Amino acid sequence: MGFFDSLLGRTRPPQADLDVLFAVPQAVISLQTEGFVPTGSGSVCFRDAEGRADDVVMDDAEKLIASSPGSIVTRSDDRFGFHWITVTRADADVSGLVTDLHAVNSSLADAGFGSSLLCSTVSFTTPAGKPFGLVYLYKRGSFYPFAPDGGERRDNALELQVRGVIAQDVPVEPDLTKWLAIWGAPGLT
Amino acid sequence: MARSRFRSDRGLTLRMGGVGLGLGALYILFGAVLYSFTDLGVLALVIVLAFAWGQWYFSDTLALKSMKAQVVEPSQAPELHAMIDRLCLLADMPKPRVAIAVTDMPNPFATGRSPNHSAVCVTTGIMQRLDADELEGVLAHELSHVANRDVTVMTVASSIGLLAGFITRWGMYAGNIFGSRNNKNSGIVFLVVFLVSMLVYAVSFVLTRSLSRYRELSADRSGAYMTGRPSKLSSALVKISGEMARIPNEDLRDSQAMSAFFFAPAINRESIGAMFSTHPPLQQRLDQLAKVSAELSEQA
Repeated sequence: MGFFDSLLGRTRPPQADLDVLFAVPQAVISLQTEGFVPTGSGSVCFRDAEGRADDVVMDDAEKLIASSPGSIVTRSDDRFGFHWITVTRADADVSGLVTDLHAVNSSLADAGFGSSLLCSTVSFTTPAGKPFGLVYLYKRGSFYPFAPDGGERRDNALELQVRGVIAQDVPVEPDLTKWLAIWGAPGLT
Repeated sequence: MARSRFRSDRGLTLRMGGVGLGLGALYILFGAVLYSFTDLGVLALVIVLAFAWGQWYFSDTLALKSMKAQVVEPSQAPELHAMIDRLCLLADMPKPRVAIAVTDMPNPFATGRSPNHSAVCVTTGIMQRLDADELEGVLAHELSHVANRDVTVMTVASSIGLLAGFITRWGMYAGNIFGSRNNKNSGIVFLVVFLVSMLVYAVSFVLTRSLSRYRELSADRSGAYMTGRPSKLSSALVKISGEMARIPNEDLRDSQAMSAFFFAPAINRESIGAMFSTHPPLQQRLDQLAKVSAELSEQA
């Protein structure tokens, strides 16, 4: 926000940074050495705008992904008014998954809904058998770990430990207050 | 190619710029008059600027105190925090402090000198009246005020008007300061400065109020794009139907002192009301939100 934007009350919604997502496979390798197993599913979370325009975009993206072999697409809503598109790949191929997720978010961005993108997740199973998510924040262009620990609690110790593991591979969100608790995210409950 | 559905309203931006220029010109003129006629300017300027600065610097604390609002932690109001967390991430802005005031008045407000030192306050009254989506629309509107730095803009805009009002009210008690450069004509100098102050106060009052209305429209607009649901904000506005209290500090104080001057018989009451209001008429806000809604639903 520049000085004149403030003066004239012109806020522009920030645009999503899509390409950083392609750094995920590198982080996955690091996480695998620590005993985390990718489940092969990941999601894109965005603000569900009113009107049909974004639903049409979603339908198209869904068709596109469903046409690639081995990918299943599901859609769900959470109680915060956000929409989740979940892609599950039977072969748990992370690069393929990231490509699919990128197809979803780039079609949203192309249709002008880039500012509605909140986050994207890639889910894992921890060595202890619990769900674990690597979350990408579109507006910040950074990642953070999210480890739900039953109910609405999170395992902060594990999250901080993972931060060290992936710090070399992907940009980790430095501001801990941005590590949003995404309760009820698909694949993370 | 990635594009944005967000369209800034050129007309609104131009009007806001026009008002800003008008205020700036007025203030320079007023400063020049004060400087060339009296020594009062410096003293009054220091007092008023210190006052305005204090109001601006402590705006969040003062506003929360005056509403008896309590800052709440995520554990005390998890749903409210979850909502604001998500909005802040969507808008990529620092999260303000969150406060709740126990009052039936449906008037949320945002305050603070910068996005990093800001607070958003909701009342129990508004949480009872609105559903979650509507509350979110209102919060997005308030967060847009924070992102637009409206407290700062309005403080600067109203500070010299404050000075003019100060001289109008207290100038006569400090009459002996007038004319210290020319003792013979102190009476005339006093009269000139008094009348000029009164005029500046009146004009700046009208300009500041219109600036405030433009900022409201602007906040509606960005808030609606932030949630992607302008209609929810519309229904919230209809529900609380213009009862939204203004952001503290955004208007000139003590308007009663001048109101007799304003209510000139030549102008009818309705246009007076529109001219002095800090918020635009409900219909104008709803029309703008309907336009945003149409823009969001456009299909390629």
